Amino acid sequence: MASMRDIKRRKGSIQSTQQITKAMKLVSTVKLQRAKQRAEQSKAYFNCMYETVSSMLAKTGSLNHPYLKAGESGKKAVIVITSNRGLAGGYNSNITKLITKGDFKKEDLEIYAIGKKGKDALQRNGYHIMEENSDIIEEPSYVDAMGISKKLLDAYAAGEINEIYLAYTGFKNTVVHVPTLLKLLPVEAPESGEAGKETGSKAMMNFEPEDDEALDMIIPKYVTSLIYGGLVEAVASENGARMQAMDSATSNAEEMIDHLSLMYNRARQGSITQELTEIIAGANAIS
Amino acid sequence: MADDNRNFTLKIITPDRVFYEDEVSMVEFNTVEGEVGIYKDHIPMTMIVAPGILTITRGEEVKEAALHAGFTEVLPDKVTILAEIIEWPSEIDVNRAEEAKSRAEERLKEHDPGTDMNRAELALKRAVARIETVRQ
Repeated sequence: MASMRDIKRRKGSIQSTQQITKAMKLVSTVKLQRAKQRAEQSKAYFNCMYETVSSMLAKTGSLNHPYLKAGESGKKAVIVITSNRGLAGGYNSNITKLITKGDFKKEDLEIYAIGKKGKDALQRNGYHIMEENSDIIEEPSYVDAMGISKKLLDAYAAGEINEIYLAYTGFKNTVVHVPTLLKLLPVEAPESGEAGKETGSKAMMNFEPEDDEALDMIIPKYVTSLIYGGLVEAVASENGARMQAMDSATSNAEEMIDHLSLMYNRARQGSITQELTEIIAGANAIS
Repeated sequence: MADDNRNFTLKIITPDRVFYEDEVSMVEFNTVEGEVGIYKDHIPMTMIVAPGILTITRGEEVKEAALHAGFTEVLPDKVTILAEIIEWPSEIDVNRAEEAKSRAEERLKEHDPGTDMNRAELALKRAVARIETVRQ
């Protein structure tokens, strides 16, 4: 059995770790509240955007537009949204797994990384990092999303890439986060059955300017809004994941401390008993 | 004067917030095809927004904002504006807009092949829209 001093030292160190995890949990709870609010506020925009775009596509789905059909080059761009800091459970590795375990060929991919952790992990695995924009995950703004989508759309228009994906963690609720791989471009026309239902009220929609010109202008906005949505949700998920991870770390520490306290008390009791036996034995020997 | 039946729902949404939501009688703004004013019972239409002033008329009350980018979905009893950038006059920094205006004008004058003319022109339009919104 370990000595009393060792147990005490161990308990102390676990206690200070627990204090850190507890503080981190509180911090991410507060951050989560904020991020969640933002994610919810922006939801209205995306729902509306999505509805409009799918009703447009339902109408113009057969159109031979560059945004709707795949090009030839074979390169695929993936925007990978992870966090800059670790200690968030499986949050970052789930996203990297989406890419490493997916059906992608390593040579075909150009990674546009947002978040250091994902970038580092993919770089270690030999993926080609085209660009890194890790700062924006701290405080994502719509302007940041516009910058990224502009770069990607330019590359897409120039034929350097022919597919654009977005890998991010969707925020369902505080405890459920879904790693998601979303195809941004070319836009896939919604299934015909689905489209029929949705577009009931909008089937008569007119476009000004004409359909393909309108597509030219709306699709970039659509891509931008999806990127922004991904960023906002990813931030919420990151804090949610960290909160959970820190919560379980705190309760694990609690368990260990309980166990160590028991051991410590036992050791103390043992040493007292031993001392007593020694004294009594000594006294007996003298008399 | 404001007959309730002539009102429709106007909803202006930005990526960060719901900017405006109320019953209004008329809304005016710029599109890439020119200026439009919309009353109730307009035919369903999707339009792309060009930088300019957005005017909301609600009975006697008139409100203005600088609307820079986005698109609009018009239905007979509802208008939804998905605005990428929109500001109330109180949120605009006039000095910054003036600076941006002169910067953009210079760029357009120089005709330097290195500058993105479309971008400079858009920047100019945005600055002008901001300044005009505040002036009125």
